Amino acid sequence: MSEYLVDIKNERLSFFTPAGEVKALNDVSIHLKEGEVLGIVGESGSGKSVTAYSLMGLTAHPGKLLGGSLYFNGHQIEQLSEKEMRKIRGNEISIIFQDPMTSLNPVYTIGNQIMEAILLHTEKTRAQAKDRAKELLELVGINEPEKRLKQYPHELSGGMRQRVMIAIALACEPKLLIADEPTTALDVTIQAQILELMMELKDKLGMAIIMITHDLGVVASMCERIAVMYAGKIVEYGTAEDIFYEPKHQYTKGLIRSIPRLDTKEHERLVPIEGTPVDMLNPPKGCPFAPRCEECMKICLREMPPVTNFGEVHYTQCWLNQKEERSANE
Amino acid sequence: MLKYVAKRILLAIVTIWAVATLTFFLMNMVPGGPFLSEKAISPQATAALEAKYGLDKPLMQRYFTYLTDALHGDFGDSLKQRGRTVMSIIKMKFPVSARVGGISVLVALCLGVPLGCIAALRRGKFLDSLISVFATCGIAVPSFVVCTLLMYFLGVNLKILPTMGLTSWKHYIMPVISLAFYPTAYIMRLMRSSMLDVLGQDYMRTAKAKGVSGFWIMFKHAMRNAILPVVTYVGPMLAYTVTGSFVVEKIFVIPGLGGEFIGAISGRDYTLIMGTTIFLATLIVLMNVVVDIIYKLVDPRIKLK
Repeated sequence: MSEYLVDIKNERLSFFTPAGEVKALNDVSIHLKEGEVLGIVGESGSGKSVTAYSLMGLTAHPGKLLGGSLYFNGHQIEQLSEKEMRKIRGNEISIIFQDPMTSLNPVYTIGNQIMEAILLHTEKTRAQAKDRAKELLELVGINEPEKRLKQYPHELSGGMRQRVMIAIALACEPKLLIADEPTTALDVTIQAQILELMMELKDKLGMAIIMITHDLGVVASMCERIAVMYAGKIVEYGTAEDIFYEPKHQYTKGLIRSIPRLDTKEHERLVPIEGTPVDMLNPPKGCPFAPRCEECMKICLREMPPVTNFGEVHYTQCWLNQKEERSANE
Repeated sequence: MLKYVAKRILLAIVTIWAVATLTFFLMNMVPGGPFLSEKAISPQATAALEAKYGLDKPLMQRYFTYLTDALHGDFGDSLKQRGRTVMSIIKMKFPVSARVGGISVLVALCLGVPLGCIAALRRGKFLDSLISVFATCGIAVPSFVVCTLLMYFLGVNLKILPTMGLTSWKHYIMPVISLAFYPTAYIMRLMRSSMLDVLGQDYMRTAKAKGVSGFWIMFKHAMRNAILPVVTYVGPMLAYTVTGSFVVEKIFVIPGLGGEFIGAISGRDYTLIMGTTIFLATLIVLMNVVVDIIYKLVDPRIKLK
């Protein structure tokens, strides 16, 4: 047993593609307690989604878990059979996907799709499941639930469909909700509504949330803890304050610098992180961020930096911090 | 819905009329006539026959006479099969072809759909390759080759199946295999590609994330989305198959409608050509309406207008 709800230790996962092995996750460790919100930030291909999917046993072909331990709520996920895993999916862990337009099956009614999850995991009768589905639609703020249950996905707007996805995810009151870029495909006003709804439901139902996003604004407002991922590694981990006020890794600093600011003067440009993401088929030997890092040193290209801890939660993997720590020690 | 039905009926009438008109004039442009034969018939006798069936009248007049009669449900007498009306020939022979053809389509669906699904699920594996090889053969090998091979091995060499006629269930086996061969292969390929498409859709991931088991993901979530191309194909294919295949019926000596199509044309049996063609056209039009309705039932996004 663990004091945490989720405790992923040293997870290593690779995709064996025809072009070669892609090390999607390299020694990833994540933990969160019941009712906590963890944000995973990073650019496309950094392994955010892969981490979350592997916790649900949804790793896509040809991905393979190579090592590490994935603990969730009394289960050792990596040891479970597919059948045991099915009992957890949609029941104890639920997920909301990025694109609500394509995530609902077009040929079944909303009611059918919500009730499916309820009927799968509970002993409820169809009539009870229908009542529960109606209740859920009300919970996620959809008006006229009775009517909506009979409608098909194409009859609803994007925001409504994402609310339906949330209703499906919450059907069995999961302990953990994974939100995989839940607002990326929605327009801005709807984004705020959906995020607000998620926070409200979190407080009401007391579930933990893993929020996967590349939007720092979202994590800042929602998450207690933040993991910054780069090239399949967690390069920095800490509380929201740590990450935003005392970023230690050059990548995190770059991300924060690149947020557009309200007080930007006219003609002032956004500050991008120069360079392109790592080629995951041929990752560099040392720190994966080194080729794009402004403060890159010789050792960065040679060796992967060890973990440097700052306080109880906050840590990073960067040679610069090692240097500082060493000089502080001397 | 009512508007849709009215529109479809109107469209059906126009289609069938167009087919009838085209066939009528085309067949009259073909040289020869129903009463030519190797035996010398006196010109008087020919003239008398032509007068009896109204073939001596001008073409346009014959056309309008035919249309009026057809509208009254009278498709005329066969010019070659004495004493039989076109209707009676169709009534007698269609059920035979329909039975063999219907069973073949059922077999094709029952084999093609699951095999296509399996191929999609085992994509790139041995089973997929095996099914693909079979599908390619099924599409490339013409039915007379299938018929002949079956007959040679099962009928002549092993003597386990009768080679002609249609008197017991055993007689159905070889014709049904021959007729179902091509559609099975075609349905398999359709099903495989549309299933592959559906398997990559986001809603399949949603179903899995809900904890739905593998079987139900396929059966409930994938199948209904993937079946549409098969429905499109099977509709008209059913119309063709139940009206009989000339080749298969000839080889297995089945007294079906398939032979009549070709026989009527080579014998210039004008009324029978018209009758069989209109019959097939009507069936195809009907099947297309059925396909549209099934579409609507399977996919709620489709609106019938």
